[in-house]
Amino acid sequence: MDVDFTRVLVDGLRTGLGPVAAVYALAAIGLNVHYGYTGLLNFGQVGFMLVGAYGMGIAVSIHSLPLWLGIILGMLAAVALALLLGFPTLRLRADYLAICTIAAAEILRFVFRSSPMAEVTGGAFGIPSQVGGSGFSSGFYRLNPIPEGAYGIGPVMFSHTRLWMMLVAWLLVALAVVLVWALMRSPWGRVIKSIREDEDAARALGKNVFAYKMQSLVLGGVLGGVAGIVLVMNQGAMTPDQFLPQLTFFAYTVLLLGGAATVVGPVLGSILFWFILQAMDSLLRQTGFGSAALGAVRLAFVGLILILLMAFRPQGLLGNKQEMMLDA
Amino acid sequence: MSARMRAVVLALLAVAAVATTAGAAIASTPPDAGGDLVLAQGGETVRGVLRDGEGEPVPDVAISVATPDGEVVGETATDADGAWEVGLPAPGDYVVTLDAETLPEGVDLRDADRNPLEVTVRSAQNRTLIFALGEGAGGSRFLNSFLAQAVSGLRFGLIIAITAIGLSLIFGTTGLVNFAHGELVALGAIIAFFFNAPASVGGFGLTLILAGLIATVLSAAAGGAIELGLWRPLRKRRTGLIQMLVISIGLALLLRNALQVWFGGGSRPYYDYTIQQSLVFGPIRITPRDLIVMALATIVLVGVATMLQRTRIGKAMRAVSDNRDLAESSGIDVQRVILIIWVIGGGLAGFGGVLAGVVENVSYLMGFRLLLLMFAGVILGGLGTAYGAMFGSIVVGLITELSTLWFSTELKYVWALGVLILILLVRPQGLLGRAERIG
Amino acid sequence: MPETPAARVLADVEPRPGVPKPDPILVVDSVVRRFGGLKAVDVEHLEIQRGAITSLIGPNGAGKTTFFNLMTGFDRPDHGSWSFDGHDLSRVPAHQVANYGMVRTFQLTKALTRLTVIENMKLGATSQRGERFLPSLWPGVWRSQEREIEARADELLARFRMDHMRGELGGTLSGGQRKLLEMARALMVDPAMVMLDEPMAGVNPALTQSLLQHVKDLPGFGKTVLFVEHDMDVVMDISDWVVVMAQGRIISEGPPAAVAKDQAVIDAYLGADHGDESRFTPVSFEASAAAARRHDQEESA
Ligand SMILES: Nc1ncnc2c1ncn2[C@@H]1O[C@H](COP(=O)(O)OP(=O)(O)O)[C@@H](O)[C@H]1O
Ligand SMILES: [Mg+2]
Repeated sequence: MDVDFTRVLVDGLRTGLGPVAAVYALAAIGLNVHYGYTGLLNFGQVGFMLVGAYGMGIAVSIHSLPLWLGIILGMLAAVALALLLGFPTLRLRADYLAICTIAAAEILRFVFRSSPMAEVTGGAFGIPSQVGGSGFSSGFYRLNPIPEGAYGIGPVMFSHTRLWMMLVAWLLVALAVVLVWALMRSPWGRVIKSIREDEDAARALGKNVFAYKMQSLVLGGVLGGVAGIVLVMNQGAMTPDQFLPQLTFFAYTVLLLGGAATVVGPVLGSILFWFILQAMDSLLRQTGFGSAALGAVRLAFVGLILILLMAFRPQGLLGNKQEMMLDA
Repeated sequence: MSARMRAVVLALLAVAAVATTAGAAIASTPPDAGGDLVLAQGGETVRGVLRDGEGEPVPDVAISVATPDGEVVGETATDADGAWEVGLPAPGDYVVTLDAETLPEGVDLRDADRNPLEVTVRSAQNRTLIFALGEGAGGSRFLNSFLAQAVSGLRFGLIIAITAIGLSLIFGTTGLVNFAHGELVALGAIIAFFFNAPASVGGFGLTLILAGLIATVLSAAAGGAIELGLWRPLRKRRTGLIQMLVISIGLALLLRNALQVWFGGGSRPYYDYTIQQSLVFGPIRITPRDLIVMALATIVLVGVATMLQRTRIGKAMRAVSDNRDLAESSGIDVQRVILIIWVIGGGLAGFGGVLAGVVENVSYLMGFRLLLLMFAGVILGGLGTAYGAMFGSIVVGLITELSTLWFSTELKYVWALGVLILILLVRPQGLLGRAERIG
Repeated sequence: MPETPAARVLADVEPRPGVPKPDPILVVDSVVRRFGGLKAVDVEHLEIQRGAITSLIGPNGAGKTTFFNLMTGFDRPDHGSWSFDGHDLSRVPAHQVANYGMVRTFQLTKALTRLTVIENMKLGATSQRGERFLPSLWPGVWRSQEREIEARADELLARFRMDHMRGELGGTLSGGQRKLLEMARALMVDPAMVMLDEPMAGVNPALTQSLLQHVKDLPGFGKTVLFVEHDMDVVMDISDWVVVMAQGRIISEGPPAAVAKDQAVIDAYLGADHGDESRFTPVSFEASAAAARRHDQEESA
């Protein structure tokens, strides 16, 4: 059997640098704020992505509001979700918080796909792409300043629309990285990290732990919301059933691969994760592996990565081994 | 009991079965499943016969079939016998809509939420769908449907309870929140499926009872193997609880998708499964199948409770769950107790999976869909207590099914999960759990 | 017998449970906390004198830690009220209690393992401009304050002879060092009152002396100290006043010498005399000091 390894490499690179990798980097940066720095075991990150995407989509596609306003509304929806979710759950232990947040994300998905909500959300079919330039993503592509054509190095080529998407997505990732870096070196970041270590100690020193956790939840949630917006912008359409719990699990894998509580860990993690996943896909396809089982094999593989990472290198690529070994 | 009533009940049950199947099919679509997932072979249809509450055929009712993207693939109207059939371009997911406007005077859909129906059609399948009709609201109709929903809620709750005991005991003894517990449920159901399937399709053709027994034993073995092969070594290396939680998520992804490769992405009923006439006890109607499921579940639950209460090993389990250090220092072999809990928990999960497969359908995703409800039940009862888990799970089952009396069936899990969050708002340690110490 | 100003003031106070003090900073009224059937804390009236060192002693399980939890907002009583420095503290959240100037340490230490020692210390400082979300993004707003805080932290670390550990992660410290760090960190808050829950437990005896000296110095800086201690020699040495708890109640209070002679106290300790619970006698003190040393060695090993 002939396997074209350049093809495998090119496929991997195209996806590793593509907009989807940027989406997961954003979602994982949000999780890094929650879990890596604050110790909040949020397993409902996909819920933030959902409300971000839908907030924007409903505003722009259904109510014909301008794109910029839609994006702001999408982010505000994520803020609202963080507040709504935070009040009952932020006082809970880590494991209860995990269960509650995953439940909340599933509640959102069920509600958004239900037919009584179809008027507002488009129901199970979601918000389709609209031809004729009235959909939310056409507004985005109209802003594309890049002249038509294909760009890239060697075999790794991108069309001008894809390049525009990538440019914006990775720019947002860069902004998020700088924001997290600036926050985490400050006294605010110190309080956040102390809450991860022991919230009672932080409380005894006069820190309003609940308020800080809420700020962290909002910040990471908005990053998740932006990730959701970029995700559907890239697709041009959205359905509730694309926001499954495994999106959150993917984002965790990305975060843990790169290294939790490191500033660029999620970015590196996402690029690597998608590179590996796509390269494997490409390899399996070329070896004639049945496409029906491919999706399942890929998910099983993610599960395996997650297990091995947590068991053998919980600090990820960039984390500090010594820190991980310390017991509380 | 009039024939009419019986027909209504049958229709209701059939609709419930179809609706759950449809829900399962929709939820089980893999995330990146494109049209290329299933090879088109042709010959697929959806069809059915429309009869009113009295069993009379209803002609000239418009029915249309569309893809999930809204593209209409076929339209038809029922003939003089009430029969209809629409040919499909390929296997896959479809949405079947009955045009309620075209129903004759005095005939309505029993449940307007069950129109349109979402279905998955397998290759070369002629899928039969039932739209339940009847006349507008009758006198004691609410009571009847209340009882019907209460029974199916109880049935569902009992199944959740069986699967949740292991989850709860494992948490109580090791502190592990096991996100991979649902996969043991699916494993049991799928093993039973293959032992039950006739030899012609690669199975062993055993009766479902025997197949279920084997599945329970093998799931118990799987539980023990996971404990010995994964969790015990991790505990020895003093892996943190949060780390283990994440590992359990990885394990869940791995197992679930391995099951998908093995079983396929669709959902199928057991081969022994047949639609049955329901038995009537006063105002309550129940099929023998459901009766058996509920009786088995109750017997097993009582058995587990007795075991925990009376036997040495049961007492040891509760002791370890109560206070691990104390149990250890009083000479209990904690590692052995944990292993036994995994074996029992795995067996119960697999058994619950078989029951769930009998009631609904078998699919690789069934465990994951049950998982959040198990968590809800376990937390409702207070994490780590077996009785709490039983109590909480039954409450969750009842909430789920009874909610459909007032709200859309599509939202039935929402209420159970909502209650979970509400309970934690009021009592962060669950209803029967204890508060933690500070300082 | 210490001859501190506070001890002289308290010399005129009658040694009986619930007695009023000339200048109380903490006043407690009928605070009750039940756990199921158990009354863990049942304090009718208690006043803590400002600027004094008060020891809270009692057998294990007497309710001392629970009492600390209640006073500092980490737990809620079934009923009762208390005020600190004129603030009514019933229903005030824990962090607010600290901001009013009452800071506690924990019996089970809470070193922040993945923060360095100096970061642990700086966390203690209150009213930091850089701890607010938006200002934290502009270093210009907080950098000068950060430098002041760091200088103060270094000074305190030097006083606690931990300056050489400045850059180590909290998680690498031994049990005794964690106790020291936690106490130093509490002082970074600059509180009017510190509540120390068994600060000496597990601390290397060589360090105990210097730690005691720090505690003794605190009233000189205008601070009030309430601390839980099992070692009677230590209690005798540094307390201006001693409060004795048993089974949730205050059974005795007075100057150290008077309490040591109180028959009710001796009975309470003898009553609870099983295992290592009674460390009231000098003999058991030796044993516990030895145990503490062992503990320390194990921790640092
Ligand atoms: N969260 C809790 N739940 C149940 N009992 C508790 C809790 N916290 C403390 N207790 C009980 O209250 C009593 C007082 O405990 P504690 O305040 O820790 O005593 P001390 O600090 O004086 O040794 C003990 O009997 C203890 O078992
Ligand atoms: Mg104590």
